[in-house]
Amino acid sequence: MTYLRDVAALARKDLLLELRARDTLPAMLLFVVATFVVFHFALPGTPSRLAASGLLWVAILFTALLGLGRAFVPEREQRVLDGLVLAPCDRSAIWLAKSLATLAFLAAAEVVALPVYGLFFHPVGGATILGVVLADLGICAVGTFLGAMAVATRARDLLLPLLFLPLAIPIVVGGVGASVVASPARYLGFLALYDALFALVCWASFEYVVAE
Amino acid sequence: MTQPDGSPDLPQSAAVGRSPRISLPALAAGALVLVTTALVLVFYVAPNDADQGFSQRIFYVHVSIALTAYACFIGAAWKAFVHLTRRDPKADLESYVAVHQGLIFGTGVLLTGSIWAKISWGHWWLWSEDQLVLFLVLFLFYCAYFMLRYSLEPGPQRANMSAVYALFGVVLIPVSFLAIRLAKGLIHPVVFTRHGPNFGGWILVTYCVAQAAMLVLAYTLYRVELAGKRLDTRVRELKEVLV
Repeated sequence: MTYLRDVAALARKDLLLELRARDTLPAMLLFVVATFVVFHFALPGTPSRLAASGLLWVAILFTALLGLGRAFVPEREQRVLDGLVLAPCDRSAIWLAKSLATLAFLAAAEVVALPVYGLFFHPVGGATILGVVLADLGICAVGTFLGAMAVATRARDLLLPLLFLPLAIPIVVGGVGASVVASPARYLGFLALYDALFALVCWASFEYVVAE
Repeated sequence: MTQPDGSPDLPQSAAVGRSPRISLPALAAGALVLVTTALVLVFYVAPNDADQGFSQRIFYVHVSIALTAYACFIGAAWKAFVHLTRRDPKADLESYVAVHQGLIFGTGVLLTGSIWAKISWGHWWLWSEDQLVLFLVLFLFYCAYFMLRYSLEPGPQRANMSAVYALFGVVLIPVSFLAIRLAKGLIHPVVFTRHGPNFGGWILVTYCVAQAAMLVLAYTLYRVELAGKRLDTRVRELKEVLV
């Protein structure tokens, strides 16, 4: 119970910070809409449903990267991470709370992005939405973990996409599969498997990332 | 040896590596004999493939280095696990060297696979070829390992993060494999099926010798690089003592 309370307190801190400063979410919203416009001009003519589904997933992935890159910036600038590591709570709670906060930002961005995508390209179906939800879980779990790694390095923002994109390839496969095939159960199951597997690994090993 | 590590890697205790079970010259001689035998078998003894002819012989090299690269990555993850559980600073260097060797052999897989694809299907790159795409993903993933490692100050944090990332690798291998299977149609020639290897006689012997040769070669290179890195560390420590 204390674990969940710790997670809730940490996640509330991030959400409150975002509500007051409004750093991340507006940037993600603008970015995703701008990406759709760029995609429209990058593809000559009206893109097919297949091509447009691919674009949706590229847009989601890069929007998530934008948010993930910002995730640990407040911790770095104010040296909050040192305090959090010293706090008498399980270290994995830091990862879980940050993942939940990032998930909230990403979900909020997608609530706008999916209708805009429907307006600009093709309407999205139920399987796509379910795929997006499952993919978001994996993106936030793995991305937050790698964000915590990247922020400790000299290269910082440069490193996160390099670490994240190879690990995100299975998410793209599952997501695109769920959006384009007639019976998406296999792809959705694969996304759920990915989420469970990587969430477990991240949860178990986060301590080694923040503690020396 | 190989690329400079650029920094004192390990605390003092780690510099005195554990006494190896097989001496390095013996290992190198063994690798030489095995690789030569494998080459002779591949080019002179193994029969021509009925379907693909002479060019099919690249299979012996391609598949054996692919499995060797997997062995390196799994070994690296094992050493990473040892590092995280026992806080053994030697294991960090061993894990890094194993990833390095895995990446070298992985590059070999991409090159030989590309050549084979060109000869068999007329294209240098085929997205429908499982192993090649999987190795491309792994190649990107493990290249990022080096970016991560060289972007951190040497010390316990770098060792921990490298170890965690190496562990991610062994989770990514089966997940990516599944993903790539899901994403494409099957046209890769399947040599190993659920009923065991789909060949016999000299082909099997040649393949086994080639596989053993590549494994011993990889282990020899691993030991050479490890010895070099440890020597570097000792020299650096001695210099510090003298200054």
